Amino acid sequence: MTAVAELRSVGFEYPAAQASSRTREPFSLREVSLAVEPGEIVGVIGPNASGKTTLIRLFSGLLRPTRGEVLLEGQPLARMTRAAVATRVGVVPQDVPRDFPYTVEELVLMGRFPHAPGRFFESVEDRRVAWEAMGQVGVRGLAGERCDRLSGGERQRVMLARALAQEPRLLVLDEPTAHLDLRYQVECVGLLRRLNAEQGLSVVLVSHDLDLAAHLCHRLLLLSEGRAARQGDPEFVLETATLQAAYGCPVAVDRHPVTGRRSVHVVWPEPQTTKGR
Amino acid sequence: MKPGARLALIVGGLSCALLAVAMGALFVGSAGVPPGSVLAVLLGRELPEPVARVVVLDLRLPRIAVAALAGGALAVAGAGLQALTRNPLAEPSVLGVSSGAAFGVVTGQLFGLGTGLLDSLGLTVFAFAGAFVAGGAVYLIAARAGGLPVHSLLLAGVIVGIFFSSAITVLISLVDTNRLGGIIQWLLGNVVPVAPGALAVFTVVAATGFALIFADARRLNLLALGEDAAQELGVNAVAVKRRLFAGAALLVSAVVAFAGPIGFVGLIVPHAARMLLGPDNRLLLPAVALGGGVFLLIADTLARNVVAPAELSVGVLTSFCGAPFFVYLLRTRATLAAP
Repeated sequence: MTAVAELRSVGFEYPAAQASSRTREPFSLREVSLAVEPGEIVGVIGPNASGKTTLIRLFSGLLRPTRGEVLLEGQPLARMTRAAVATRVGVVPQDVPRDFPYTVEELVLMGRFPHAPGRFFESVEDRRVAWEAMGQVGVRGLAGERCDRLSGGERQRVMLARALAQEPRLLVLDEPTAHLDLRYQVECVGLLRRLNAEQGLSVVLVSHDLDLAAHLCHRLLLLSEGRAARQGDPEFVLETATLQAAYGCPVAVDRHPVTGRRSVHVVWPEPQTTKGR
Repeated sequence: MKPGARLALIVGGLSCALLAVAMGALFVGSAGVPPGSVLAVLLGRELPEPVARVVVLDLRLPRIAVAALAGGALAVAGAGLQALTRNPLAEPSVLGVSSGAAFGVVTGQLFGLGTGLLDSLGLTVFAFAGAFVAGGAVYLIAARAGGLPVHSLLLAGVIVGIFFSSAITVLISLVDTNRLGGIIQWLLGNVVPVAPGALAVFTVVAATGFALIFADARRLNLLALGEDAAQELGVNAVAVKRRLFAGAALLVSAVVAFAGPIGFVGLIVPHAARMLLGPDNRLLLPAVALGGGVFLLIADTLARNVVAPAELSVGVLTSFCGAPFFVYLLRTRATLAAP
């Protein structure tokens, strides 16, 4: 089976001019390979500056690897137009820009652009697909609302609808639950699960929330300083010694009381007890 | 309503408005030609007074055409730059582009270029070079990794504008006093009647600039999401930026070459249009092309009549309206002025 998207021993470094302004060399990648199979949900985890965001930007072609190559359904991404890439990979950004003046429906319709970049106005078919996508995430009622007047959870579903309107094979999400409260986090996971199960949509997501990753993902990639520290199912990756080495802090791994999946806890430092007090 | 029908309605309505205002402007002026004579000239009837014919066809009509073209060109350049920079305060005169073009024109005039057909082509080339250098300088000064922060863009525009204004002052000091009057008159921003050949050049350059920007209207909508997000949706943001920049420079340089630096039309008209029509550039750009023509035509007709028989320069009039409007936008859209 051809992978929906594949990174083949990719390396990435930001141009020297940008790297020199920083003290370390963060966000670079070395020799990372990752194949996303059809219908698979892959989580990319790791500490800050380990290269997570860099890695998922390779999938959308926003960044081009300095070594190795990126394949979409077996085809080299480097030889595709931006529009061709966008019909295969849909990116869900964390948020819309401030003062984004368009309505929800207008935003979702923007997802139709790559299917006919030369078209001036969206076709009837474009409108149908966009309406369909809005139905899938339950935002049809918001169609005429301005995007920047929505709540955080609503905005995220709208962004998801836009990505779905692209009719992609792969959905890429950067920290999908970062700005959401608990209820919306649960809603977001449920939505991704459903899209994955009903449409066989493949998903790559970056998350700081290891419990969410353990619960949602079929497979995890743990990045540490730009290298793949470990890759495999959550049971294999979410292990005390591995995580402590990657994150550089004490953790405790046990089981979720309800679902029985791996659950990761930080071991918070205890308050210092001073003698004589 | 389908978007195509909406566009047709907007274009149709504004075309009628432009035509009506243009007709009206033919009938007013300091020469005091009676309406009956204007009508007679327009209908091609013979008149005992040949002056009326000259005033209407050789003075008023070309001036109306220049005003409509210049207004539309400035408004489209403004709307395009606002979409590109995602900044409602972007405007050719604010970004120093007008000053650069003006510097180019003054340089051309020093080389002896006048108002003939070839001369006006040459001046347009000079203006384009100036606009391009100024715009490029602003861009290079303001650009940071990850975009164009609003505050540095505006500051860079002001600085580059001051630089080119000073350069113009230097050039003017070198000119002998006989030719000074004409240059200063032009620098104030004046719509003057131009010869039919030059008018054709103006039209072609402006139409090219408009076409360059209008063809990217849908991509400009996507750019409102930010450059990265637009690229992830299949837009080649770098190519769009280049085309828009070239288009805006063409529009501004044509206006500056033929009418002088007229400020703030590119600020006022797109904002008014956005309030009425929403943000979609596919409707907005044609609307401001026509609306800008209406606006500047009205402004110019006022300018040549309020202090008749003397004339105000239309650039002064638009700046009087535009500067307070700029302050208003700056105060009310505080979030947009933040980096």
